[in-house]
Amino acid sequence: MKTVQKFTLLSLIVLFAAGCNKNANTANDGALGSDAASRVYVKPGSYDEFYAFLSGGFSGQISVYGLPSGRLFRVIPIFSVDPEKGYGFNEETKPMLNTSHGIVPWDDAHHPELSQTNGETDGRWIFINGNNTPRIARVDLTTFETAEIIEIPNSGGNHSSPFTTQNTEYVVAGTRFSVPIPQKDIPIKDYKGNFKGALSFIKVNPETGNMNVEFQVLMPGFDYDLAHSGKGKSDGWTFFTTYNTEEGNSLLEVNASQNDKDFIAAINWKKAEEYIKAGKFREIPANYAHNVYDDKKHSATSTMIKTVRVLIPEECPGLVYFLPTPKSPHGVDVDPTGEYIVGNGKLSTDLTVHAFSKVLKAIEDKNFDGEAYGIPILKMDAIVGGVVKDAGLGPLHTEFDNQGNGYTSMFISSEVVKWKVGTWEILDRVPTYYSIGHLMIPGGDSQKPDGKYMVALNKITKDRFLPTGPELTQSAQLFDITGNKMELLLDFPTIGEPHYAQGIAASKIQSKSLKYYPLAENEHPFAAKAEKDTKVEREGNNVHIYMTTIRSHFAPDNIEGIKVGDKVYFHVTNLEQDWDVPHGFSVMGAQNAELLIMPGQTETLVWEPKQEGVIPFYCTDFCSALHQEMQGYLRVSAKNSNVPIKWSLGE
Amino acid sequence: MLTMLIGVTLFACNQNSKGATAKGATTEESSQPQGQAAVKDDVSNPNVLQIAIGSASHTTLVAAVQAASLENALVNAGPLTVFAPTNEAFAKLPAGTVEDLLKPENKAALANILKYHVTPGNYSKEFLMKFKKLGQANNGSVEVEIKGGEIYVGGAKIIASIPASNGIIHVVDQVMLPKE
Repeated sequence: MKTVQKFTLLSLIVLFAAGCNKNANTANDGALGSDAASRVYVKPGSYDEFYAFLSGGFSGQISVYGLPSGRLFRVIPIFSVDPEKGYGFNEETKPMLNTSHGIVPWDDAHHPELSQTNGETDGRWIFINGNNTPRIARVDLTTFETAEIIEIPNSGGNHSSPFTTQNTEYVVAGTRFSVPIPQKDIPIKDYKGNFKGALSFIKVNPETGNMNVEFQVLMPGFDYDLAHSGKGKSDGWTFFTTYNTEEGNSLLEVNASQNDKDFIAAINWKKAEEYIKAGKFREIPANYAHNVYDDKKHSATSTMIKTVRVLIPEECPGLVYFLPTPKSPHGVDVDPTGEYIVGNGKLSTDLTVHAFSKVLKAIEDKNFDGEAYGIPILKMDAIVGGVVKDAGLGPLHTEFDNQGNGYTSMFISSEVVKWKVGTWEILDRVPTYYSIGHLMIPGGDSQKPDGKYMVALNKITKDRFLPTGPELTQSAQLFDITGNKMELLLDFPTIGEPHYAQGIAASKIQSKSLKYYPLAENEHPFAAKAEKDTKVEREGNNVHIYMTTIRSHFAPDNIEGIKVGDKVYFHVTNLEQDWDVPHGFSVMGAQNAELLIMPGQTETLVWEPKQEGVIPFYCTDFCSALHQEMQGYLRVSAKNSNVPIKWSLGE
Repeated sequence: MLTMLIGVTLFACNQNSKGATAKGATTEESSQPQGQAAVKDDVSNPNVLQIAIGSASHTTLVAAVQAASLENALVNAGPLTVFAPTNEAFAKLPAGTVEDLLKPENKAALANILKYHVTPGNYSKEFLMKFKKLGQANNGSVEVEIKGGEIYVGGAKIIASIPASNGIIHVVDQVMLPKE
């Protein structure tokens, strides 16, 4: 008892005087090779070898970096509004954020996924999931703009998403949280058996990239965590990790950890296609938004879709199998050959690797260990191809190089572990600073990895950069993986949470990058394609201003006849047809944002004047030597005034 | 009494800190880079490792953590529940056991035992009563029992609990040995 008292007091003292920390050693960069600087140095005017697309996590965006330099090129607004670019504020992009809940101007964007052709990244599109209000976005990699967002019905947290099949036939959207399907008002305690997990297959049009929810598989009420599709010999299958196979609805940190094993759900999507073709689906009511941006109209449209096709595993034998996998597997990653499916049990220290050929054999032999909700559970002993023993604490994700090695991130032991596919021996381990989540090797989840660099995406930064108050940028770390030992080359700060990332050889994208939008192809209904076409039209309280920009003036730049209480639409067309000459537009008192109009594009800002006066507007993007002269005035008169509509330039 | 205790604490602390420095000097080569355990932060609430280092009753445990190079595993975001055997608990082991485990050739065995004392999760004493077993960081599992109103984890009795910035320490009266 004495000891207890002493200890408690002691700890209290320690709480206030933590001065006896022995860790005064600050030499924590000692291992850095002296030539690291030259290996990440991209001299001024030269290009990086790779594009890296880092998700912004809770920023809802994607940021584009160069590797190996770690230079930031662009932040692409996706699920979150971006006043810098007017995204979600101008009239053209507002429909992009429409959902069945109305406009949702933020999301949590986790997993960027490049499109693939023949199992190789092709540089056409990058997809990313919105977790919170389930959505998938597609970004066009010629414009680096969000081209499409589709809402996922019957989902409650779109985490295991949007991993692609090897020819981008589908991107998937597995729900993290199971929900009543269709949604209804029932007691939460009735979870078990009443909640379902929808695994959605989103078909991607091979020409246009347009997405549609082709079908959903209605699974038991587990949590579906991550996914990857098969490739090569396992093409035609998609694997989803599960946790909470206990179907707990409260205190999951206890209740979802009672089973020694959870499952990887293996979906045979080619079989699903057969069932769809044979009409074995049910079409159920739904309500979800499909938002598409048109590069010619420079505008998005949002369409509500009212039904979705679902497949019920009990009714579709051979569609789904469960692969038992120890301890709440998080990442599920398929090696470049497609043979090995790595399940990282986040509460385990081992990596369990299933062999796809053994999975097929077990299915053929009906080597089952019972079933769950009519879904056969394969015998674990029959399908395990190998185990990476004592890999580390808290294994999360695995990527691959082109030399037959796997690289697995360890959250708790804060390291990356390199191991040999097939022999399962651990070859190397490096610490990360600190607490790594995902890691990324360009092409590292495809059939053709570029095994030159690995980027660790860390959750905790602490002392790595100059401090900036309580909130610190999250840190990415670049490693050279060409040698036997992984070598840390560079730390670079990121935007939001760099949750996951994709990398691709710059040559696959660079030459296709658009320089401007041809004005002749502009089909925006309010475009003014020349200064002579500019005008101001009143329709009741709505005033439409057809405006143009060119270095260095607006046309018109003097506008009169606007009244308090009007709703003024500035439809601004940028007449420039030259690379990198956007114009900005802002007007005093605007309660949304600016416009940032690319050459050849038309964008619209709504402005509602509340007081009389003469209001200036100006160009915000430094466009030319006479940028400061690029300005104009609007005269706002009283509600009942009879000042006529009038516009002019240079009068 | 309290003043005396503080005196003892600071003394123990200094001792400990000296010992660690001496040790650090001998292992400097192998312990670079340092990882998160080297983050200098004397302002935030102390983490599991900092608390253990500051405790005079846990010098054996701290020495073992350092011998097994597990410092970084105890400072991460966790959260972690750490069952911390006292010096007396280690002394109950058969003579020579601790000395053997601290030998470099037994590093893996020692790490396995220490990880058996760590649960991913932040579970208070009351909360632990909800469990029948816990999954431990060495990949094993340990039984939770309630006897006479006291909680025993893997046969070890919880005799004190100290919240940490990245989890909680439960002081236990026995070293928990993993089942083979």
